[in-house]
Amino acid sequence: MSTLILLALTGLGLGALYFLIASGLSLIFGLMDVLNFAHGALVTAGAYAAWRLTGHLPFVLAVAVAVAVGAALAAAIETVLIRPLYSRPKDQILVTVGLGLALPALVQGIWGADARQLKAPRQLTGTVGLLGANIPTDRFVLIAAALVVLAGLKLFLARTRYGLVVRAGVEDRAMVTALGVDVRRAFTLVFAIGGALAGLAGALGGLYFGSVSPNQGTSLLVFGFVVVVIGGLGRTDGVALAAAAVGLIQQFTNYYAASGLGDLAVVAILAVVLLARGNREGFERLVRRTA
Amino acid sequence: MILELDDVRVTLGGSQILQGVSFTVARAGVTALLGRNGVGKTTTVKAVLGLVPRTGAIRFDGEGLHRLRTHEIVRRGIGYAPEDRGVFAKLTVTENLALAERRGAGHAYDLVYELFPELKTRGAQAAGTLSGGQQQMVAIARTLLNDNRLIVVDEPTKGLAPKVVTEVAEVLERAAERVPMLLVEQNLALVRRLAGDGVVLAAGQVVHRGPVRDLLADTELTQKLLGVGKAA
Repeated sequence: MSTLILLALTGLGLGALYFLIASGLSLIFGLMDVLNFAHGALVTAGAYAAWRLTGHLPFVLAVAVAVAVGAALAAAIETVLIRPLYSRPKDQILVTVGLGLALPALVQGIWGADARQLKAPRQLTGTVGLLGANIPTDRFVLIAAALVVLAGLKLFLARTRYGLVVRAGVEDRAMVTALGVDVRRAFTLVFAIGGALAGLAGALGGLYFGSVSPNQGTSLLVFGFVVVVIGGLGRTDGVALAAAAVGLIQQFTNYYAASGLGDLAVVAILAVVLLARGNREGFERLVRRTA
Repeated sequence: MILELDDVRVTLGGSQILQGVSFTVARAGVTALLGRNGVGKTTTVKAVLGLVPRTGAIRFDGEGLHRLRTHEIVRRGIGYAPEDRGVFAKLTVTENLALAERRGAGHAYDLVYELFPELKTRGAQAAGTLSGGQQQMVAIARTLLNDNRLIVVDEPTKGLAPKVVTEVAEVLERAAERVPMLLVEQNLALVRRLAGDGVVLAAGQVVHRGPVRDLLADTELTQKLLGVGKAA
């Protein structure tokens, strides 16, 4: 029983991390048709910002700076590099792929390829007893952060003018502009929100794994994309459920089948979901975009 | 003239859709844009709104629109109800209307709900679950919400039942009393009822301009330009 609880909460913690990454990706792709391969680099940037600042600042402030770094980088990328390429999707993909490679390489050039230990405060590195299992505290931190982000995103989408523009833009971007709305502002905002969540994922990923490394973000990005495809483009609830499912499947498969099979299981689930549930539209959109 | 098009050309996917379209829209009443299917009527409307790349001059109330982006053109005071209605299916009726609200002057919800009382009672309903006629009402309501100086309505009765067509016609008639309108329409009975001036396109060019009554009274000309023997 205690093993089940530990696996479940560890899986949900990992799922929470995936959600933080995937929710931004999903919003960005849903509204802007941009496949942001640089999203993983933003996760890395957030992770290193948090790593550099822990010890100098309270952990909460270090995380806040990581969020700000992610948001600022994303907004800069959107306005300087992506915006001129909206009518050139292939060039756009090349730019984000290039950034996705260059930024981690830059981080590696400055701080080296080795993983760096993130010195989190003691309150977050211990364990909590739950039904006989000792659960690392960071799992609860990640799950709580993901729930707060989920609630915040839902409020943003449902209650704000920009949220309305985003939901409408996911359906028909051209028509939103034909109603007199400057969609570009919504683009920058959505990119910045995605970047902020990537920065948060980087900092909390450092807490979860205990360390940060240059390619951590890129590795997590793969699962972020899987979650987006399973959960649905621009569908926050779907992405949250998919993220939880992917995290749980990975953990349980790794423990009960064989270590490493978890990743394969996730890919298998992706294939089954695409075939069975008919999320083909989103998949075809992704394929068209990359073809 | 509220709107002037001068030698407007549009090329899409290698095909020249508009080959130098020139006409004007009067400051009052309805100007009908007519022609058979595929002659470039919708493309003309999209060119005005900057929804397709175009060359040539388009002036709205004397101001050139060429360098402006779509949202800037619309904010100059143009309301647009597109051919496919452009209703956001997953948004509620109220949200569809709210999205069209522009900053500045107040929004004419009183007028909109007077013309379309159903939109008030169905405010919380997802627009995608409305009938075609109701969706058209949402599309037209959005153009009336702001203080527009021109409204552009593309095939508002397409695919609607005859009873609903009559309702739409009544609404358009009332709207036209307030604001000039550029109307793309195939239903000639509706055109006869609403429009003063008519512009006929064929193969991406203007082939006829003049009062709609004169055009529709001339059976031979109507047959030649619009492909119908007798105006309905």
